[in-house]
Amino acid sequence: MTVVCYVASAVAIIAAVLVITGQRAMHALLHLVLMLLALALVFFTLGAPFVAVLQVVIYAGAIMVLFVFVVMMLNLGPPGERQERRWLGAQVWAIPVLLTAILLALCGYAIADLGTGGAPAGVVGPKEVGIALYRDYLLAVEIASLLLVAGLVGAFHLAPPTRAGEEAQTASANSRQPEETADG
Amino acid sequence: MADIAAAPTSVMLGVALALFLIGMAGVMIRRDLLYVLMSLEIMFNGAALAFVTAAAKWKQPDGQVMVILILVAAAAEVGVGLGLVLRLYHRFGTVDGDQISLMKG
Amino acid sequence: MSWLWLVPTLPLAGALLLALLGGLMPRRAAGALGCLSVGLSWIVSLKVAAGYLAATPATGAYGQTLFRWIDVGTFRIPMGLYLDQLSLIMMLVVAFVGFVIHLYSAEYMIRGEGYSRFFCYMNLFVGSMLILVLADNLLSLYLGWEGVGLCSYLLIGFWYQERANGIAAQKAFIVARIGDTSLAIGLFLLFAHFGTLDIQRTMSLVSAPSGASPPVVIAAALLILGGAVAKSAQIPLQTWLPDAMAGPTPVSALIHAATMVTAGVYLIARTHVLFSLSPVAMLAVAGIGAATACYGGLSALAQRDVKRVLAYSTISQIGFMFLALGVGAWWAAIFHFMTHAFFKALLFLAAGIVVQGLGEERDMFRMGGLFTKLPVAAWTFLIGACSLSALPLVTAGFYSKDAILWASWSYRGGSAVLWAGGMLAALLTGIYIFRAFFLVFFGEQRTPVESKPGLLVNLAVVVLAFFAVVGGILGVPRVLGSTNPFGQFLAGIFGDGPAEAVSTEGPFLLFSSIISVIGIGVAYALFKPGVRAPAVARSAAYDAVRRFLLTGWGFDWLYDRVFVRPYVVLARMNRADVVDCLYTGLALIAGAGHYLLSATESGRVRNYATAILLGAALVVAVLLWR
Repeated sequence: MTVVCYVASAVAIIAAVLVITGQRAMHALLHLVLMLLALALVFFTLGAPFVAVLQVVIYAGAIMVLFVFVVMMLNLGPPGERQERRWLGAQVWAIPVLLTAILLALCGYAIADLGTGGAPAGVVGPKEVGIALYRDYLLAVEIASLLLVAGLVGAFHLAPPTRAGEEAQTASANSRQPEETADG
Repeated sequence: MADIAAAPTSVMLGVALALFLIGMAGVMIRRDLLYVLMSLEIMFNGAALAFVTAAAKWKQPDGQVMVILILVAAAAEVGVGLGLVLRLYHRFGTVDGDQISLMKG
Repeated sequence: MSWLWLVPTLPLAGALLLALLGGLMPRRAAGALGCLSVGLSWIVSLKVAAGYLAATPATGAYGQTLFRWIDVGTFRIPMGLYLDQLSLIMMLVVAFVGFVIHLYSAEYMIRGEGYSRFFCYMNLFVGSMLILVLADNLLSLYLGWEGVGLCSYLLIGFWYQERANGIAAQKAFIVARIGDTSLAIGLFLLFAHFGTLDIQRTMSLVSAPSGASPPVVIAAALLILGGAVAKSAQIPLQTWLPDAMAGPTPVSALIHAATMVTAGVYLIARTHVLFSLSPVAMLAVAGIGAATACYGGLSALAQRDVKRVLAYSTISQIGFMFLALGVGAWWAAIFHFMTHAFFKALLFLAAGIVVQGLGEERDMFRMGGLFTKLPVAAWTFLIGACSLSALPLVTAGFYSKDAILWASWSYRGGSAVLWAGGMLAALLTGIYIFRAFFLVFFGEQRTPVESKPGLLVNLAVVVLAFFAVVGGILGVPRVLGSTNPFGQFLAGIFGDGPAEAVSTEGPFLLFSSIISVIGIGVAYALFKPGVRAPAVARSAAYDAVRRFLLTGWGFDWLYDRVFVRPYVVLARMNRADVVDCLYTGLALIAGAGHYLLSATESGRVRNYATAILLGAALVVAVLLWR
């Protein structure tokens, strides 16, 4: 069964590489979804079924959908592909690859040196996670919900206005004001 | 539950590191803002994998709680980020990060 | 005698009061204050002198320390006053002549503006000069030295609205500075070797058997000589004195005739122990003196401006004093200083009457026929001229100049060459001063008289004329029956001169008398009223010689070419200021660094992300390798 873990990890890494080197946005997105699903499998083999399911439902199911919507809206198409190909020349890769290699070497050395070997201990089920969430990390949950509300408000405010909606909004605002001043 | 069948912790940590670095490379290389956001997602996932690995090693739920919080953060970030990308597209007509350099100098 | 400290302090207090309140006082009050402070100083100096003569201290000197001026480790300089025979004479002469000239200028300067400023500067000058002559250590002397240099600058450029006056003042100051630097280095040398600047102590240390090595002595003496040369306007630093005539006439009289320019003579006389140890230095002093005496005499022959004649005359007469110093006749130099103070100040003041009377006309060839119009000026000028050209027996100048000439022949340091130079200069003296006399007061009058002098002016010149005649009594030589009290008085400091062979002095006396009379006669023959210039005077060669002498033998031209122009070229080259480039360079580097670094602010998120990640990599590396 460990082979599943290895294979899933490999798929995740390959998919990630394909994402960052992709030229078509939709393809990159689909590769990203693939990576997410592979990671979910890895979580499952690591004895974390709850987060595995959450990964699939929320990450791959909701967040990626958002991405897909935006890509569709932007509608870059073949001109976008050509642009991407132009931008991804050879010299662009040089420094990032170098930096990545350095970091890989450093941290890989750290991991190996720290001797964090040993097999994982066991499965941690949803019940335990739930208890931990609502007993030990209650405050974190509340703050997380605040964060989500903030994100919601921000996204609503940042959304580009549609023409018709905007005119109606400003018209109603203008008509309301004289009434208020007449009363006051 | 069944015993887990996973690779050793150090290997999993290595995978998490690899994912993180791949995402980092993507942030540095790509000019298209959407791709930058996607690479950020990859980095998030790398971190999440590291947490889950730790949770599994010590058989504690804290790592998984952290992953849930990461999920929440990623969701909020994507919501606001994509809104920003759309606004930028309206304003500048492009999603090229290099063009949006009014803070130059 | 304990009132000694008042002598320099009263004029300084006067200067301070005038500086602070001068603008608020009415003119008469400022003038009165100025004269009063110097007058009181003179009276106190008389009292001190009387006390000294009545009860001379055993050591011959009275010292009074006022306060500790500098006290740094082993370097202790008190502000002290030292009264011995030499400084007594100097003090009396300076105070008296200063007072007389103050009275003169109270009336002379009344019509101009800056009246209280004038008296402030004059008082400051008298105070500094008195500090100079009364100082007991070389640094206090230097303080007075610098003070008189400053006042000279201020007073030469008194009418500062005229640009030329400022330039003349600058020239005086800068040339004096050269001498001051030389003197300062000499002081450093003395202090480095003897650890003290107290004059008496230094002199005794120098003359002790294990005192100082000859090179040190010669170096110190020559450096001090350098300072004296600049202050006393001797060759080669004499170029400032003719131009200094741009200042008001009382200034020329006081500073550039009677007192400041003699500070160099005083300095050498004070440090005579040091000089007498070095025959080289003595020869230098005498040589410079003789050469300058001839130089001054020749140049004065060609001048048109009456004040410039007197300026070159001063240069020449101080050359005589240096000659006396150089052959070891210290007392004769001081004696000549005293008589010179009287008759030169007199000549300047009389010339001032003429100049102001003709509406500031200075060109002698535009004067003439004033003998009957300005009688006081004429008679007093005549007396002064006679004294200057050493008219035998009846004038003070005769005795002092004769003493010098006799010493330059007979003293150990003297020689025939020096004597001949002195004789030539004496001959020229008679010629040039009587040329001036005849040109100014005789012949047809070319400029009308605008104003006549008043009481104070007349009083001043008459008093000085009296002393120009009588002042020589103290120094009548033995050959004529007197005991030479002046020389005896100063023998306390200088020691007795060589045993004078009375028999040989007589012929010399006669010979120099004849020379003086010949000089006057030549002048009469050439310049008497009605004489026309001989044909040779129209030749080109004559004109070239005349112009050469007129410009003071071209010293100004020489210095301009050799020193001033190269310096100006260098200064222009350094316009960007090499040293300053260090600092502006630092600023430029900072600016360049700024431009380099601001290139990293590209505004691109990608680049910023790369930078952050690079930093993260560095941090991780550092953490791992700890």
